[in-house]
Amino acid sequence: MNKIYLDYSATTPMDKRVAQAMLPYFCDKFGNASSIHNFGQTAMAGVDKAREQAAKFLNCEPDEIVFTSGATESNNLAITGVIKALLRQDFGGQASKQQRIKNPHIITSSIEHPAILEPCKKLEKEGVEVTYLPVKSNGVVDIEKFKKAIKKNTALVSVMHVNNEVGSIQPIREIGKTIKKINEKKLKDWKKLNPKERGEKPQPIYFHTDATQSVNYLNCDVRWNYVDMLSMSGHKIQGPKGVGVLYVKTDVPIEPLQLGGHQENGVRSGTYNVPAIVGIGKAIELIENRKAKKQGKKKAGAAKSVEANNLKIAKLRNMLVDGIIKNIPNVVLNTDRKNAVPSHANFSFLGVEGESILISLDLEGVAVSTGSACASGKLEASHVLLAMGIKQEIAHSSIRFSLGKYTTEAEIKKVIKILPPIIKKLRRMSPEL
Amino acid sequence: MQYSKQVLKHFKNPHNQGNIKNADAIGQAGNLKCGDVMKIYLKIKDNKIKDIKFETLGCAAAIAVSSATTDMIKGKTIDEAKKLTKEKIIKKLGGLPPVKVHCSMLALEALHEAIKKYKS
Ligand code: FES
Repeated sequence: MNKIYLDYSATTPMDKRVAQAMLPYFCDKFGNASSIHNFGQTAMAGVDKAREQAAKFLNCEPDEIVFTSGATESNNLAITGVIKALLRQDFGGQASKQQRIKNPHIITSSIEHPAILEPCKKLEKEGVEVTYLPVKSNGVVDIEKFKKAIKKNTALVSVMHVNNEVGSIQPIREIGKTIKKINEKKLKDWKKLNPKERGEKPQPIYFHTDATQSVNYLNCDVRWNYVDMLSMSGHKIQGPKGVGVLYVKTDVPIEPLQLGGHQENGVRSGTYNVPAIVGIGKAIELIENRKAKKQGKKKAGAAKSVEANNLKIAKLRNMLVDGIIKNIPNVVLNTDRKNAVPSHANFSFLGVEGESILISLDLEGVAVSTGSACASGKLEASHVLLAMGIKQEIAHSSIRFSLGKYTTEAEIKKVIKILPPIIKKLRRMSPEL
Repeated sequence: MQYSKQVLKHFKNPHNQGNIKNADAIGQAGNLKCGDVMKIYLKIKDNKIKDIKFETLGCAAAIAVSSATTDMIKGKTIDEAKKLTKEKIIKKLGGLPPVKVHCSMLALEALHEAIKKYKS
């Protein structure tokens, strides 16, 4: 049986060129990158190269790149690390006296990954104020609501670039711009004050985005997007698991979460995971090359996102969506295609439970995921779908198809053929309600 | 989380699936936690369960449990049926992932509800 993988949002197969780039760093170039001798320096050369590859892609300085164990760690470090640095009185070095703040306020969205929501909830218990922005029915944060949520003590904003369950694109550039304007105005007003009386410089708002799901498809230029911190993950971009990046702009105060050998300028201690770091660098470079090839050298910006790979995947996704809508009655498309990356199609098949669809598809060799409570471990329906105002019973029947680099037309055609009888059979089993 | 072979077998080809037009008793149970529903139809004669059918809206475990439970009850007396426990069902299915144990309660609740209705 030929297996069909439509769960790219969970993880992606590694590009063979990435695996090849990693190979020498397991047995031959095995040195500890922190060692001064030649073995160490050979390994460090691999790390340095990856740092440059990441910096080029994000349009930042290489020393603004922090390698982590993945997007979960990057997110935890961004949220907790910044807030702790702002709260801590004796934090030396990066957080100057002016940057200390007593009661920081965080703004995030209600559709973030748990790796953002959980640290926020934990800080909330410790007394930090957190606002969880609602989303519109298409899964996009309302920029006006965001503006209204900003308070005097807002110190950190974290909004994801692309949602992992429905694929909705968030207006991070508008959010970034808004924050920049506020920060500039605060500083300008402060400068007008009498130098003797104005006291410490005003606390700027820092902006973090979790770009785990967007790197494949959108422009992640940190300057263009006006972000101060950005998380990404290796295994979502045809790279290795267990490695991620956190971009941290030079002037952002951040306290390490794990202490030890002072790697990554002391922000993230731990022996360099050299093969994985080399791998994520290569994976990033392959995306960068692909994007650069299509658009020529000329423009950065939005144009960067429209390129051949996106169009190809969008075409397959649309074929899947149209095929499902044509062949199966009573379905709801939870992905707003006009405001989403090309990879996602989140459907609800009314009157059937999602996990039973997932298992049926799996028995036929097709891999997808579901937002049903039955599959969640906690028996709670997807917080993303619920935040979009989708009813519990509709979330209960949701299936996420996420396409990717290696998805083919033949695969999509096969899924369109396999799916209708599965839904029909399961619907027949359901009692009339 | 992984399902046993027996669970997948029952899920793929559930036994006793459907409804009984002139059932002697019908029981329904809902799982408020995750939003699933199960309905059991009984045909009873001389205190014996002659026929049994189920309809389930739920996960693969819930459907497999429905199938196995109805298998275990068919042909039994009402008193025997009442003695069926979730442990026995789970054992019959070669185990259930811990988070899915509550699904096995769904079938028992629907069964007990049907029996209660029949008696009253
Ligand atoms: S029916 Fe919901 S978890 Fe089994």
